[in-house]
Amino acid sequence: MDSSRNVMVVGGGVAGIQAALDLADMGFHVHLIEKKPCIGGKMAQLDKTFPTLDCSICILAPKLSECYRHKNITIHTLSEVKKVKGERGNFTVELLKQPRYVKEDVCTGCGDCSRVCPVRGVYNYFDANLTTQAAAYIPFPSAVPPVYLIDGEKCAYINYGICELCIKACGAEAIDFKQKEELISIKNINSIILATGYDLAEFENPLREYGYKKYKNVITALEFERLICASGPLGGHLKRLSDGKEPKKIAFIQCVNSRSDKAKKYCSSICCMYSAKEAMIANEHDNELESYIFYIDVRAGSKGFQKFINRGEMEYKIRYVKSKIAQIEIDAQQNPIIVYEDFESSKIKKLKVDLAVLATCIIPPDGIEELARIFKVDLNKYNFIKTDPFYPLLTSREGIYTCGCVHEPMDIPRSVAEASGAAAKAAESIREVEI
Amino acid sequence: MPDKKSEEKKIGVFVCHCGTNIGGLVDCEKLAEYSKTLPNVKYSEHNLYTCSETGLAAIKKAVQEKDLNRVVVASCTPRTHEPLFRECIEEAGLNPYLFNFVNIRDQCTWVHMKDSKAAFEKSKDLIRMGVSKAEKLEELEKIIVEVNPTALVIGGGVSGINCALSLNNQGFNTFLVEKEAKLGGRLKDLYQVFPSDREASELLDELLVKVKEAKKLTVYSSSKLKSINGFIGNYEIEIEQRNHNINLNVGIIVVAVGATSYKPLSLFNYNGKNIITQLELENKLREDQIEANDIVMIQCVGSRNADREYCSSICCMTALKNAIIIKEREPNRNISILFRDLYTPGTIYEEYYRKAREAGVLFIKYTPDKQPIIDKSVVKVYNQYINSEISIPFDLVVLATPLIANNDNRELAQLLKVPLEENKFFLEAHVKLRPIDFATDGVYICGSAKWPADISESTTQGLAAASRAGTILSHKTIEVEGATAYIPDWNKDLCKGCEVCIKICPYNAIVKDENNEIQIIQALCKGCGTCASTCTKKAIVIRHFTNEQILSEILAFGGEKVA
Repeated sequence: MDSSRNVMVVGGGVAGIQAALDLADMGFHVHLIEKKPCIGGKMAQLDKTFPTLDCSICILAPKLSECYRHKNITIHTLSEVKKVKGERGNFTVELLKQPRYVKEDVCTGCGDCSRVCPVRGVYNYFDANLTTQAAAYIPFPSAVPPVYLIDGEKCAYINYGICELCIKACGAEAIDFKQKEELISIKNINSIILATGYDLAEFENPLREYGYKKYKNVITALEFERLICASGPLGGHLKRLSDGKEPKKIAFIQCVNSRSDKAKKYCSSICCMYSAKEAMIANEHDNELESYIFYIDVRAGSKGFQKFINRGEMEYKIRYVKSKIAQIEIDAQQNPIIVYEDFESSKIKKLKVDLAVLATCIIPPDGIEELARIFKVDLNKYNFIKTDPFYPLLTSREGIYTCGCVHEPMDIPRSVAEASGAAAKAAESIREVEI
Repeated sequence: MPDKKSEEKKIGVFVCHCGTNIGGLVDCEKLAEYSKTLPNVKYSEHNLYTCSETGLAAIKKAVQEKDLNRVVVASCTPRTHEPLFRECIEEAGLNPYLFNFVNIRDQCTWVHMKDSKAAFEKSKDLIRMGVSKAEKLEELEKIIVEVNPTALVIGGGVSGINCALSLNNQGFNTFLVEKEAKLGGRLKDLYQVFPSDREASELLDELLVKVKEAKKLTVYSSSKLKSINGFIGNYEIEIEQRNHNINLNVGIIVVAVGATSYKPLSLFNYNGKNIITQLELENKLREDQIEANDIVMIQCVGSRNADREYCSSICCMTALKNAIIIKEREPNRNISILFRDLYTPGTIYEEYYRKAREAGVLFIKYTPDKQPIIDKSVVKVYNQYINSEISIPFDLVVLATPLIANNDNRELAQLLKVPLEENKFFLEAHVKLRPIDFATDGVYICGSAKWPADISESTTQGLAAASRAGTILSHKTIEVEGATAYIPDWNKDLCKGCEVCIKICPYNAIVKDENNEIQIIQALCKGCGTCASTCTKKAIVIRHFTNEQILSEILAFGGEKVA
């Protein structure tokens, strides 16, 4: 068997990024595959992170640029794996790359194309679809690669053959409407790390009981992150979407779609902590603001977590209500009314708030079954990638490792540690032949 | 060779439009013209994108044709672009440290977007300051450190063994030092482990077979660390094994010393007989010695209280696992678990909680202000749900106690010069993004030494530490930043040895040598400047940020002529 020193990391979130950086720093070549136009994953969308309250993008951005500049990392954005052949030591992987319509190596990221683009109203996924943008766009200012793209479904030139304003505006001559979907075959891959992350259960039934999408003041936690983030749609000034009023009382509903027979039976792992964090940030913006966290168990086992929860209760006007939520109603002013069974008194109670935030459950990423079929790895009964607790980073297939939320809901520190762990397994696989 | 200091300074200034980001608000051509009026500037131009291939080629051409020896780029931000321009002038034949970045996008046209005049004036100020500093820049060399491709892993529990095995498999000579006579750590004390329900001894045997087969792994059991000298790539270690001293040379160090199970000596009438800990229950389960019919388990004993604020994270699963084992052996036994918040995050652990409930284990929530009380043969607990105190008869009470930091962590931390957090667990470089590194390069942390971790997490972290170590050990030499702190010979007399710099250095890069003189280890220094700004005698100089360089910028801003 020829010794290959190439590794493929599938998924460019914080887990994939860490795995790629470790392997690249060891001197191996890494192909980092990302479906979206840029790397960064969910972490890039967050406002601050628990338990240190660091600004999320501020601590992530240096890692993004490091990936971009690393001579041992090739980033493939807008790409998905379609076929995998071979075995550990020598996989051949076929990628399908979507056109960017902008030459990645020529674009300087100045944004002149976006400024002249007449097509507006394209939903921005990075802002949880709360804002719109031009058809020529960059998902966020410090995106990596730092280049623009053109939304092929919305672009006037691609669809109607008119416009071309971006071509005229681009001083670097980076616009390229000739780009097509492209199949790329990458040979001689020693091992593969699956780090495709997670999605959130946002469109299933229980959410409708809570009035999500029906009531403007019932939002998800990820939407909350964007709304309170300085780089988000409201410039960091939290307001209600119904009337622009600043909320004074927020309800955070835990275990939405999780720990429930009606939806997902498992625990989503990260919601207790991020809800406490969101309540703290909200209070930092407005010291009068109170939060009520409706919960089943407070799960704060990792380093500094319990202390963080205690601090929230003592210093940030957070109250914990052990309860079971029945439903969310709404009054004439669009104020959500939480209807719940209070554990302490065993009574049905109601609480009127200004804003309700739903801690939606981590679910396996869209297309996980297809992913499992392509890579020939087993899934567990929850449809996450199957692993063994004693060998936590190995999939059912030799030479394919996994890390982060694609195999189990987990927070950032654990994802980062797992990413390094998966990198170690890939390094072992490469070195086994060399030594 | 011409004296570098007296060499004529020829500075080139390149002003970037950044498309319309800068050029749309301020007149870049005028900025370039203004630059030409500044002292020592021999050349200037403005580019649509200085970072594009065309822009970079223009820099190289100017350096060669105009014989420039300093380059200033006024553009976006050094955060993303400084490495690119440094590389560019290096390719043009200059030392990369003879480059200076002036940030006129983020700091001028972006923040003063609504006031183009102010943005223009500020751009001029920043360029003038940048040029003034560029004139004072000196050539620096990156520091090359040789790496001994050998690892030391301290602690032979689950995390340490997994780490050592992975390092061995990556081809690195590895020493595994364990203070007890046998490897295995806390795994030795356990019966079955969650959530696989496999026997701990079986799992340990699997690991020990691999340790035996590992050709590059040497185990020192019954051994203790005595001294550590050196820095990343080159550590000299002394260990003591049964009164013998052994010297080892290694390139990196992994801390995997685990944690200690807390004994609740004064809590809940603990007596080690019919009121025992979960750890003691493991033994009874292994020997199949459980005779009790009414078993009450109490969670959070000695944790999540005023003395010990944290949740030990492994106790709920331990209790569930042991309750299920008992129920499976004898379904008619009564088991109640008194808990505060049940900690079973994720998929499999939550499933385990369900399994325990389905097996008939009774769960009763208590609050810290109304602790359960052991009263002769009953446990009294206030049950919130029915709003009254209930009494549960028992013939065995099992207390879930936390993992606590080892007693000798302080000693080891001092040897390694790494920090502990308030509960005396080891403190990593960054809780979020550097969970396995210490701030000191070349030293790593994994498993319960960092925070209570179960087998799965300890395994992962052990492997993670092996990866982090591998990023160093894979190279014969490593290159570290040349812009570091140092005490120049002519400043040696100034240093009074007060040691403030040693205490304040976040990277533990400063020590006192055998002559009692301050040494700044260049391989560890990141050039952050904390020491220099704290040094009361101004003995410490930061390369690339010398007082002279910074003062020249300040004076250039104030309009004073710099001598």
